[in-house]
Amino acid sequence: MDVTRSDTYPLRRRDVVEAILAGRGEALVIAGLGAPAWDCTAAGDHPLTFPLWGAMGGAAMIGLGLALAQPSRRVLVITGDGEMLMGLGSLATIAVQAPENLAIVVLDNERYGETGMQLTHTAHGIDLAALAAAAGLPITGTVHDQAGLEAAIADIHGAPGPVFLNIKVRAEDLPLVLPPKDGVHLKDRFRIALLGEEAAV
Amino acid sequence: MNTAATWPDDIFRVLLDMDVKQVAYVPDAGHTRLIELCRDSNALTAVSLTTEEEGIAFLAGAWLGGQRGVLLMQSSGIGNCVNMLSLARACRFPLPILVTMRGQWGEFNPWQVPMGQISADVLGLAGVVVYPVDDTARIADTVAAAARTAFDGPGLSAVLISQRVVGAKTFGK
Repeated sequence: MDVTRSDTYPLRRRDVVEAILAGRGEALVIAGLGAPAWDCTAAGDHPLTFPLWGAMGGAAMIGLGLALAQPSRRVLVITGDGEMLMGLGSLATIAVQAPENLAIVVLDNERYGETGMQLTHTAHGIDLAALAAAAGLPITGTVHDQAGLEAAIADIHGAPGPVFLNIKVRAEDLPLVLPPKDGVHLKDRFRIALLGEEAAV
Repeated sequence: MNTAATWPDDIFRVLLDMDVKQVAYVPDAGHTRLIELCRDSNALTAVSLTTEEEGIAFLAGAWLGGQRGVLLMQSSGIGNCVNMLSLARACRFPLPILVTMRGQWGEFNPWQVPMGQISADVLGLAGVVVYPVDDTARIADTVAAAARTAFDGPGLSAVLISQRVVGAKTFGK
């Protein structure tokens, strides 16, 4: 297996995230630490996007808690392959709860981007979508190209979930586009935007 | 464990009184009754986890969505949580944790002792306000106090329910 194949994948992560978030509507977004958080910020910082600066392995579970608390809202988790690999057990937990309003999108560049582009297990063929399917999530798949992405975006926003889509993106080192860093601010602005001013603590 | 123990029922009533909607747990024998009560209730959702740190992230998400939650575990799970506690600390998410202790009082399994013996210190280092309790009559009000610390802070709190209360597992020896 060519472990550097993601250097030439056609889909570019910033374009993918911009295309997904262009149709976010009323969706609530959890952005996994590192590049996915920068990608979501590059597409436009938003009070109903909660970008993570840590909590590696926890993005999908934050999405689950939010999806159960807000069953009428679509919840998108946009994270990376390294982050998802650290929380694989959460796929089983999510499958048991099975919230229809949750979609997990992994931007899979087969690298740990923030630490020097070291290979993740997906570079060696570990198939995250197959793991999610094995856990029992009803809609899973791997996206490799633009045509696949367009079909995936419809599922991300509308299909009864939990949806799990692994999007193969090019390994590339992009300019940082950083969201606010203060966790209390990020939490409060999210809750105020969702629940109203009285939700500030 | 005394099968007629009512402290789990007392905790459950506190959770309802505090408007807790999500109970995330990794099972422990000491929490058996409370987990059953939560699973059987329509007033809240009980969520089984594969590892305790999932619960910290899960309850952060629930709070973002406007719901209160608590996390149940045994003391061995505290070590699994340490980095994820940074999420609750950095963002000041309310996080009440109800811990049944192992490795503390007449423990049969020596592998439980190391984590049990450092549980309170680890939680303290991580910025969690720790409430030890070893009197069944005081468990419910201790849980209520810890929950107020968490939800009114907002902050992190843990009730450590002594193995004297839970009962030491003996594997029939």
